[in-house]
Amino acid sequence: MNENPGAESFAELKRREQITNPQSEVVHFPASEGLPLDGGAMLAPFSVAYQTYGTLNADKSNLILVCHALTGDQHAANPHPVTGKPGWWETMIGPGKPIDTDRYFVLCPNVIGGCMGSTGPSSMNPATGRPYGPDFPVITLRDMVRAQARLLDHLGVDQVLSVIGGSMGGMQVLEWAATYKDRVFSAIPIACAARHSSQNIAFHEVGRQAVMADPDWCDGRYLEDGRSPRKGLAVARMAAHITYLSDRALHMKFGRNLQDRDEVTFGFDADFQVESYLRHQGMSFVDRFDANSYLYITRAMDYFDIAADHGGVLANAYAGTKTRFCLISFTSDWLFPTEESREVVHALNAVAANVSFVEIDSDKGHDAFLLHEPELFDTIRGFLTSAARQRGIAGPGAGA
Amino acid sequence: MTMDAPVNPPALRSADTARVDLLLIAEMIAPGSRVLDIGCGDGTLLRILSDKHGVDGRGIELSQAGVNQCVAQGLSVIQGDADTDLAYYPDLAFDYAILSRTIQATRNPRLVLEQLLRISKHVVVSFPNFGHWRVRARLMFGGRMPRTDTLPESWYDTPNIHLCTIKDFLALCDDMGAHVERAVALNAYGTKLVSMPLSAQNLFGEQAVFLLSR
Repeated sequence: MNENPGAESFAELKRREQITNPQSEVVHFPASEGLPLDGGAMLAPFSVAYQTYGTLNADKSNLILVCHALTGDQHAANPHPVTGKPGWWETMIGPGKPIDTDRYFVLCPNVIGGCMGSTGPSSMNPATGRPYGPDFPVITLRDMVRAQARLLDHLGVDQVLSVIGGSMGGMQVLEWAATYKDRVFSAIPIACAARHSSQNIAFHEVGRQAVMADPDWCDGRYLEDGRSPRKGLAVARMAAHITYLSDRALHMKFGRNLQDRDEVTFGFDADFQVESYLRHQGMSFVDRFDANSYLYITRAMDYFDIAADHGGVLANAYAGTKTRFCLISFTSDWLFPTEESREVVHALNAVAANVSFVEIDSDKGHDAFLLHEPELFDTIRGFLTSAARQRGIAGPGAGA
Repeated sequence: MTMDAPVNPPALRSADTARVDLLLIAEMIAPGSRVLDIGCGDGTLLRILSDKHGVDGRGIELSQAGVNQCVAQGLSVIQGDADTDLAYYPDLAFDYAILSRTIQATRNPRLVLEQLLRISKHVVVSFPNFGHWRVRARLMFGGRMPRTDTLPESWYDTPNIHLCTIKDFLALCDDMGAHVERAVALNAYGTKLVSMPLSAQNLFGEQAVFLLSR
């Protein structure tokens, strides 16, 4: 481990460049065009950083909005500017892939509250000239979605062909379809729910307490002090990472195998491979993610409850919707179990919405949506092709 | 009641006689209507309906493999159970609800039929006729549970737990106050049986298709 874990690492400094000068397109909304937040505050000015893939057609009807998950970002289908690793959905987005960039124009924005160029707690607070830190207003998923709608306004796009995402991305998809019914032709919420469960709030609270218990968190002002709560954030990530997998996936991958040794050491080193793996996950995460962003975004997920925003009845949120829905869940996902998706399906049935629902048999847990699951690919390809046909968008090779 | 007059029987005969009921059902659906197909399987009927009849089709299918196959083809299908999931739909959400060769596999056929008549203006039901002479003969002369082209499974692995005859089904409709708009019995070659008394249709009809409403 690092000699001085509270100090900023080189990778972290490299990552912080992305806050002020991201390797992405950025739209800056001036103070006069601030974003009113659910919590009552006004985020002004604010910026949204985004990546695009493919070409927007003449009538701007082929846009697919991709919403990223809690610790994801806009670099869905290009090498990550900090880690150099492939984009988190490179298997899904690209020429000839299910989200076919020969046919669709793909837009993936960084959420507000994030740390890759959209305004978040590590951005400059115009009132003080210093990073927001704990003075950043608490945001909701609906605030994130509103910021994305402003980006679409800026791009001159009225309606998206589809909005798609997994986990928190899927929650944004459900929020999009509830808040902007006319702007969503089709919606693909994956491995998600219409509200954050008590168990999920509990896991998030463990993560946040781990961050805040790290003395290098400095009451949220670590950026000003040149510190970083690396240990706390790493622990938060380790705990969270377990929830993204499944018992079976962990067992298949590691079993009780020992790490670089033949027998246990009767100490607290990482004797087991699974311990070593989690430590690595924790440490590599802190290089690419901001601790305060983690607090704010997990909070936004906890507050998420679409039914509560519509008189306690989920179906009310979708009354009169014309959006075509395709919900997808995974059998071994215990963070967002199939039952949660089914509740959304039942609410959509209650308003006679056009809905498909696929549960995919996988032992990969919640993270299955990021992995190569052939049925996931077939489902998304088939659903999008059908949506594009309904929307009158020509197939690839058919001319613009 | 009287059975229907023939409509293009040669066209029906030339089709796949095993699922000729699907073509007959498609014939009963008004173009451009809203349709829910319960037990839609691999989506064969939904595809016929949306391709040739321009309907706004939805499906419910119990088997996950069937659902995934349908959705990958661009059909709007959810995984669900006719016995439990119809309750989630609002009244008269559809123009037609279709239960093709599924009612005999439901736990509570009467309740399913009640739900269908609630959520849809018209209900199309097709089922294998347990009164068919081959079924009767196999039981009478073979002394074994009948296995036929439309009922191929052994008694211990069949999903068909509520089999009925054409007369049984008519009695249920009568009991429920359901209006029978059309009733068509098909013989083993997929030919509509016409100008035949009910008892004869119940004997020679291998399967039957009913169009009901409230």
